[in-house]
Amino acid sequence: MADLKVTLSGWELDNPLIPASGTFGYGYEFAELYDINMLGSFSFKGTTREPRFGNPTPRIAETPSGMINAVGMQNPGIDKVISEELPKLARCFHKKVIANIGGFSVEEYAECCAKIDKVEQVGLIELNVSCPNVHNGCMSFGTDPLGVSAVTKAAKAATSKPVYVKLSPNVTDIVPIAAAAAEAGADGISLINTLLGMRIDLRTKKPVIANKMGGFSGSAIFPVALRMVYQVYEAVKLPIIGMGGVTSACDVVEMMLAGATAVEIGSANLVDPWACPHILEELPAVMERYGIESLKDIIGGAH
Amino acid sequence: MKQGIFTITGHEALTKDVYRMALAGDTSAMSAPGQFVEISLPGFFLRRPISVCDYDASGLVIIYKVVGRGTEAMAAMKEGEKLDVITGLGNGFSPEKGGEKPLLVGGGVGVPPLYHLAKRLVAQGARPEVILGFNKAEEIFYEKEFAALGAGVTVTTVDGSAGVKGFVTAALPDAYSYVYSCGPMPMLRALYAATQGTAGEFSLEERMGCGFGACMGCSIMTKKGSRRVCKDGPVFEKEELAWQI
Ligand SMILES: Cc1cc2nc3c(=O)[nH]c(=O)nc-3n(C[C@H](O)[C@H](O)[C@H](O)COP(=O)(O)OP(=O)(O)OC[C@H]3O[C@@H](n4cnc5c(N)ncnc54)[C@H](O)[C@@H]3O)c2cc1C
Ligand SMILES: Cc1cc2nc3c(=O)[nH]c(=O)nc-3n(C[C@H](O)[C@H](O)[C@H](O)COP(=O)(O)O)c2cc1C
Ligand code: FES
Repeated sequence: MADLKVTLSGWELDNPLIPASGTFGYGYEFAELYDINMLGSFSFKGTTREPRFGNPTPRIAETPSGMINAVGMQNPGIDKVISEELPKLARCFHKKVIANIGGFSVEEYAECCAKIDKVEQVGLIELNVSCPNVHNGCMSFGTDPLGVSAVTKAAKAATSKPVYVKLSPNVTDIVPIAAAAAEAGADGISLINTLLGMRIDLRTKKPVIANKMGGFSGSAIFPVALRMVYQVYEAVKLPIIGMGGVTSACDVVEMMLAGATAVEIGSANLVDPWACPHILEELPAVMERYGIESLKDIIGGAH
Repeated sequence: MKQGIFTITGHEALTKDVYRMALAGDTSAMSAPGQFVEISLPGFFLRRPISVCDYDASGLVIIYKVVGRGTEAMAAMKEGEKLDVITGLGNGFSPEKGGEKPLLVGGGVGVPPLYHLAKRLVAQGARPEVILGFNKAEEIFYEKEFAALGAGVTVTTVDGSAGVKGFVTAALPDAYSYVYSCGPMPMLRALYAATQGTAGEFSLEERMGCGFGACMGCSIMTKKGSRRVCKDGPVFEKEELAWQI
């Protein structure tokens, strides 16, 4: 029997499949489609201290083999997530969930982590450091090792839950950023967030997206994501949640060979709402085809 | 909502760039006129949202305009070919609210979702009045089909080459019990202002990531707060829209 179990900072998952933040809401939409308890876990919609409506529409554009989004972290705010969304989720999901936290200042990240710390349902915190830093000319926290370090330290001080830092790929070299997170005490690294991209509408001759640019995701970014997971695995000795363009069981295995302990699946859920169950179903056959008995054994196997 | 494989059983051009496609497959997830489907096209990442024009237990009809590469690829498809379609998306119109003499106003490719609605309204004993707005005579489609249902039909064209000259608001009847509409935003806004005092439902359009409520790609602000066009809509009560007149 194929062994799909993996462990993230002491938390054993039945399998490495985790729907990625922003593509799975707070879970219950998908619970109407299939039993989401078959998933390893999932990462909920990026949540901030204050409620946010997000960006004006159009927020979505298509690319060859991918898409661009500029949703702008629309979410009901951390308090409502804890008091309303998570109790609603508890009715259909009996596993622990990953809390994806965003922020625009170090204090904001810390406050959200402190609030999440008390929530039994949360297995680990995933810090989205791709948000603009309002105290630093709106440069993303995640493009600067000092920014990543400050946010990670503040989060670690605010919670005893494992803290995973989700890195932005929009940097010249991902390695010093991952190293800064590790030095600041991160328990793991999540990568990659979306690449900055853009499309122009030939009819209007203007950017498709109201915000002009947005986050590029989907199968098109898989090789970039895989390369970065590989680099980070070499550089830091922390568990990695790999993501970016994963759409099949073969992609999952490839990500794990590059160094991922678990794998998040994002945009694929939007075009095939049953993407995760399909991948999970495929996984044992793919493992058998490539002579893999236990997924644990292949993590970082390509190095 | 359901995903299924549909077979193209009919495909014809209604005008220079508007096509009617009949698809056979499982429609059991559909519950109301004005709902839409998301069609996966080979070689394209995102699905295309298209309103259901008509449906029964064995299949559905869509009418679409070629505006870009996806719809261009669709136009080249032949009878017998298969499409991966997610059905039963969105809330749809509420025929039960229509009353005696409901008014249906469609503009361009906003016309199709009103067809099954008109059918339902006639079936429940109402006498719908339909206004179909186009730019010019060559763009007109489905005038006869609406008339064949027993609805009163008025066509408007912006250039006056057929029917009443002007926008749909140039042809509003004196009295109507409710107003249903789908079409381009400027038309909906003009109609919203011109039909003050009468309740109604408007179907909106947004670029979509998923079409079923997962990505927040299609959010609009309404009087009741943030709403997703794909899941909470595409049909919204006029009263809910926070539009300035
Ligand atoms: C709920 C809903 C119902 C619709 N019903 C119909 C219908 O019955 N008949 C019809 O002709 N059209 C309808 N549309 C518009 C239709 O979805 C677009 O014309 C179509 O997606 C264009 O695809 P394309 O590949 O040719 O264009 P491209 O511009 O090449 O497409 C690129 C991307 O933008 C999206 N896109 C482009 N234009 C629109 C648009 N106007 N609205 C939403 N997404 C867009 C595409 O889906 C695709 O993801 C509907 C849209 C929505 C949201
Ligand atoms: C519509 C959409 C919304 C997203 N929102 C968030 C978010 O709130 N927080 C976050 O950390 N990542 C967010 N992401 C990024 C994804 O979690 C993921 O890192 C990225 O899309 C790459 O994976 P994919 O190619 O499988 O989609 C979002 C992605 C999409 C497509
Ligand atoms: S298109 Fe994804 S939520 Fe509406």
